[in-house]
Amino acid sequence: MSDNNILNTPLYDLHLSLGAKMVPFAGYAMPVQYPLGVMGEHLHVREKAGLFDVSHMGQAFLRGTGAADIATSFESLVPGNIAGLKTGRMRYTMLLNDSGGILDDLMVTRWSGDNCLFLVVNAACKTQDFAHIEEKLAGVATLKRIEDRALIALQGPMAANILAEICPEVADMAFMSAIETDIDGVNCFVSRCGYTGEDGFEISIPNADTVKITEKLLAHPDVEPIGLGARDSLRLEAGLCLYGHDIDTTTSPVEGDLVWAIGKSRRENGGFPGADRVLAELENGTTRKRVGILPEGRAPAREHTEIQDMNGKTIGEITSGGFGPTFGGPVAMGYVASDHSAEGTAVQLIVRGKPRPAKVVKLPFVTQRYYKKPKA
Amino acid sequence: MIKYSEDHEWIKMDGDVGTVGITDYAQKALGDVVFVELPPAGDSFAKGDEVAVVESVKAASEIYAPVTGEIVEINGTLEDAPETVNSSPMDNAWFFKIKLSDMSELDGMLSEEDYNAFVEGLE
Repeated sequence: MSDNNILNTPLYDLHLSLGAKMVPFAGYAMPVQYPLGVMGEHLHVREKAGLFDVSHMGQAFLRGTGAADIATSFESLVPGNIAGLKTGRMRYTMLLNDSGGILDDLMVTRWSGDNCLFLVVNAACKTQDFAHIEEKLAGVATLKRIEDRALIALQGPMAANILAEICPEVADMAFMSAIETDIDGVNCFVSRCGYTGEDGFEISIPNADTVKITEKLLAHPDVEPIGLGARDSLRLEAGLCLYGHDIDTTTSPVEGDLVWAIGKSRRENGGFPGADRVLAELENGTTRKRVGILPEGRAPAREHTEIQDMNGKTIGEITSGGFGPTFGGPVAMGYVASDHSAEGTAVQLIVRGKPRPAKVVKLPFVTQRYYKKPKA
Repeated sequence: MIKYSEDHEWIKMDGDVGTVGITDYAQKALGDVVFVELPPAGDSFAKGDEVAVVESVKAASEIYAPVTGEIVEINGTLEDAPETVNSSPMDNAWFFKIKLSDMSELDGMLSEEDYNAFVEGLE
């Protein structure tokens, strides 16, 4: 994509005024870091709360046009249990191709009202995703791309208290639930979810009011703006996949260790693209698997680093790797041959031509701290 | 005498041995340094060879030899305290000492004044 075609989110000018370093990402000019820096931003989110511009992501409403439940219809494209979602509840799932490869991962919310789902998909995939959904569900559903709304995320242990100051209803929202509500007189969609491993929210806001709501949140002394750099290190520590790196059309949900996102009834009944492959893999296993990789020592192992067994045989590749500021050392994930995927297996990483010791570990590197409603 | 390269390294000369590090501009551009990989003492490099690697949270960046010569000493403290590169790039966080094989290479490098002007032009 040439610079001429690069898009700005409604927060572009605000990013510049905050001193952000902007980079092109998925066709948008996005902040990679602010003056606080990736390390400081990362630690701030884990300690207090951080605000992210995620307006580049694709938002859409998918409405059923006939009598059929739209959530049931959507299950023909994904392996998740969508039909079982109650109104206002959301789930992580994946669009699969006919060979069981992952076209994208996304969030699906059963919206209140007229047989409708709210979808949030990855920025780089949104054009293809929406075209794919329209084509596959032609005659059954209509997809309405939401282009008049921005999306921001407020993440961190203090996120709920901070957002509740301007939107009291969010305080006791369940994790993975969504509401439509007014914040400061502006109609917003608030979802309790995120991509950091922390409690937090994503807020869909009409473009024209995005700066106003964002500035209100940034005015809180415990909120810092956070760029894509820290977004990446936060999700990596939390063991969360980055589409196009940790999962793609060549990886199945079973290889990607995303079996938890395959609905129980879907395992029995199939009925999603590539079900033959996925169900067979659930039964018989796969030849490779996504695992956590903990490098020994301080040298980070980046994406595409070769993973070898202790005899020097190639067994896989790092798909995401870097430094985990909260973990306090290098962290990585990648695919290894399944016979080397057991926790604790010693492996070596070829970093700049030299083998460095590492081992297979359980993900995540930093415990996820999602909100759990206190028992009444 | 101190000289600078357009790759944002400095070299401080003592006889025919130069102490090499990266500039304040470079450490700011790299961000929080989390790992430094240095060459073993005794290895020789030609000017422009990849001689060390500095890793931030985000990415790995190569450091090129500003002059031709043999590494005679490395700064071992960077292994345990890579963050020194951010806090003291011009002093405590020197990377290595190199024995120059061709002193005339220094003539092609920038003076402090010229380097500062070069950096101003980048901003």
